Formats: sequence, C-alpha cells, structure tokens
Amino acid sequence: MNSHEAPELSPALAHRAGLSRGELRYQRCAPCSAAVFPPRTLCPDCGSLSLSWQRSTGIGTVYATTVVRGRDGAHNVVLVDLDDGFRMMSRVEGPAPEDVAIGDRVRFRTTADAETADGDTPDGETADGNTAVFVPEEDVR
Amino acid sequence: MTQSLRGRAAVVGVAESDLGEVAPGLTHLDLIGQATARALADAGIAKSEVDGLFTASSYLPMAAMDTAEYLGIRPRHLDGTNIGGSSFVSHLLHAAAAIEQGLCSTALIVYGSTQRSDGGRLISPTRPDPYEEPYGPRYPLSMYALATSRHMYEYGTTREQLADVAVAARAWAQLNPAAFERKPLTREDVLGSRMISDPLTVRDCCLVTDGGGALVVTSAERARDLASEPAYLLGGGEATWHRNISRMPDLTLTAATESGRRAFETAGLTPADVDVVELYDAFTINPVLFLEDLGFCAKGEGGPFVADGGIAPGGRLPVNTNGGGLSYGHPGMYGIFTVIEAVRQLRGDCDERQVDGARVALAHGNGGVLSSQVTALLGTADALN
Repeated sequence: MNSHEAPELSPALAHRAGLSRGELRYQRCAPCSAAVFPPRTLCPDCGSLSLSWQRSTGIGTVYATTVVRGRDGAHNVVLVDLDDGFRMMSRVEGPAPEDVAIGDRVRFRTTADAETADGDTPDGETADGNTAVFVPEEDVR
Repeated sequence: MTQSLRGRAAVVGVAESDLGEVAPGLTHLDLIGQATARALADAGIAKSEVDGLFTASSYLPMAAMDTAEYLGIRPRHLDGTNIGGSSFVSHLLHAAAAIEQGLCSTALIVYGSTQRSDGGRLISPTRPDPYEEPYGPRYPLSMYALATSRHMYEYGTTREQLADVAVAARAWAQLNPAAFERKPLTREDVLGSRMISDPLTVRDCCLVTDGGGALVVTSAERARDLASEPAYLLGGGEATWHRNISRMPDLTLTAATESGRRAFETAGLTPADVDVVELYDAFTINPVLFLEDLGFCAKGEGGPFVADGGIAPGGRLPVNTNGGGLSYGHPGMYGIFTVIEAVRQLRGDCDERQVDGARVALAHGNGGVLSSQVTALLGTADALN
C-alpha cells in the first residue's frame, strides 16, 4: 500500500451521491466563481482544478421545452436554468407535457421523492432510482 | 484557414453515388466506390494520383483505413476527422491546407451511407450523454426542437415561417431530377403533418435516404490544366462551442457566427457578394439560424427572411438549390452535398435550377446538435481575380 489518502468520489459519483440524498449538487470554481455542470475535474471557464461541491437551491426557470411524441404517448423534455447559474436537461412533472412553457418557475425534486409523493414510479429513472426532475414551483409539497 | 490560402486550392471533381433507396445489398463502402469513380472521371484524374484521403463515417470509427483499402489507394495523408455532418466541409478546408503544405497533391473527400436501406433509424456512433439520456429526448430531433422553442420565444418565429423552409426546399427539389421527394408540398401540408417533437413535425425534419458523395481537390495551379472548370476555395472557417444541447450557451446563436466571420474575412467578401447558399438543413430551424448567424439577415429576422418564398426559386436569396436535406436527400450526414451543389452552381451545371451568373457560393456544414459549424466560400475564376 502506498501513503496516498483515500480517493475522493469521482465528480460523477459525488453528484449521484447527492441525488440519493435528495440534493442537486453542482460545482463552483474557486478562482473564477463559475457554476459548473455537469460535474467534471476542470473548470471549463478558466481551467482551474479547484472545484468545490455546492448544494443547489433547486429553483430555476424553464429555458426551452419540447414534447417528445411516440407510440407510448408524449413526454416533456426541458432545459432548466437554475438560479445558481447552471443549466441542465430535465422534465417538468405535473402539468400536461404541452402545458410546460418557457419562463415557468420550477423546483427540483428527485424521482425517489416523486415516488413518495405520488405512489408511482416515473419513467426514465437511473439505475439507482434517483433522477433530477422538476415540478412547478407552486406545486412543491 | 488563413488569407494566404485564398484561391490556392480548387474543387475539380464532384459526384454523387446512387441516391435515395439504392439496390439491395449495396453497402456504404460500395456507394463510396461509385462516388469516387464518378468524381475522378469528372475531374479527369486517375485514381492512382490520389495521395490524400479525407472521410468520416457513421459506421466505422477508423473509416479512413477501411475506405483506403476498399478504394485501393495508398494515401500519404489521411484525415478521419469526424465532427458529424460538417465533417466534409471541414475536410475541404483541411485538404486545402494539406495541399498548400505539400502533405498531399490530390485529395479525395468521400462519404457514403445506406441509412434508408438499414431501416431508417439514424445510424450514429454517438453515445448518449448521461445527463440527458434519462429524460428521453429523441436524438437529434428533440435537441433542435428545444432550439426552435427558444427562437420562437425570443423572436416570435412561427411554425408557418418554418414550414416555408420545407416548402422552399421542395420547390427547388422539383427542379432537380436527382432529388428524392419531388411531390408538391404546401405550408398546410407541413403544419398538418405528424408532430414528433414539438414544435417540429415530420415535414420539418430531413429525409432518411441512402447516398454518397465525393470531392476531388487539388492545387489551383494544377486545376487550371484540367478539363473541368475549377471551383476555387476562397475562404473558410470552423467553430465549435459545445457538443450536447444542454451545454449550448444560447440556443438561438450558433457558432456559425464565428465560422462565417472567419470565412468571409479570409475570402475578403461579405454576404452581399454571395450568389447562392447551400446550408445544412437537417431541420427547418437550421436555415433560419444559419442565415442570421452567417450575416444574411439580422438576428431574429430569419423567420420573415425565409417566409413566403424568400428562399424558394425566384425569392430574395437562392438557398439549398438541390432541394437540401429536407427534399433532395439526407443519408445520415449531409455536409458533402452542400459542397457538391455549390460547385455545380459555380460551373453552371444545374439546368432548371441554375442560379444565373453564380460567381460566389457558400457551403455550410453543421455537425452534432448545432455543435460544429463549418463555412466554406467557393468561387469561379472570375471571382478569384
């Protein structure tokens, strides 16, 4: 064995660990303050390796939206601009897919939260059962 | 590319393979073979003279080697850059630089796909992004739909204006015997067709066809001794700002602003100098974005610019005169066909769809999800001097 300290979680695993605890995590660059998402080792703005984990407020605004229509019905896909300064793809649960509009204020929750709240399992969850989704802000329970 | 490359290389041969729905059993390499033989014949150059090979494939991650073997050539310069559908416009710029630097003297740029015969699904070596895949976007359509939603929101662009892009493409295709879809198409047809990823319908999307193409590129000095009329590369630019749509900084502003600026600077030209425009139209929003970002109209004015026949035959600007990916054909990656049509327009080979007196043509490739943007300006000998 060598004397290295135990490795930290990789960026992807640290993010996943956050979701499993009901947190939406992103990174903040120490030198340039950029909000970084998806997780990585290097700041895409300034190139620094000094990224620290932050817990997002989970509040954001729908930046773009579409409804994907297939044989199995229709579902919504959005890009959300989080108030913390990063953007992510997600979906808005609750309204009919076509009723989600650009500018809507939305709040993060995980699909595990949704199971608890609604008693059913939404589509598209990751292997660990936790995917970051959004609900209209006024609907937050 | 730099200004020192202006006019230093020329496209001297262009050809398509069989197109549309090709004979059963033909492979993408078979189509590359057809296109290569026809383009070399067009140039009056023997296959043995090809010493530079440029290709990208949806099937083969090391396509340059497979292609060289199939064609029976032993290139001393290989470029397998794969940046999606823009690859082949990029290859044209790379070939000009390679020829100028003596890395090769006769460059062959080739592509082939049997996407339609393969079953119509997009054959793509792309791996889904783990931060997008859980939400079930339909790649790449939903990504363009998201960009469309934002353009509509910010600039009031309408579905009717987008439909007119498809209608214009069809009108050009009706003048091109090689186009796959030539039946009449109206705005109402587009608006009433099946919605796939809002606000884009099936008629807002490019075709799924088989097809291949080839370009032969050599130095301007050598080009003057060949039988065919050269199309000189006057300028070019490349730019990439993102890969996945969730990391595109502004969904209404593409890196074509940068690739186009570089192309016009190197050529010493402005959009007003361009006689014919060939844009990668995977979806109806693409020409709207690229006409804005390349400087043919102001940001946000793309919708009115393309509406009501603005880019159709007889309109204010001839765009996608072969019928484009929307009506001529779209075998997985379309970029090479923008250059083929640009060269044919400059040569005056386009019969019914010929733009009279075309001296300067713009070919623009798009790769990924509005990710890679590559612009080339080509011109006749008259435009060069």
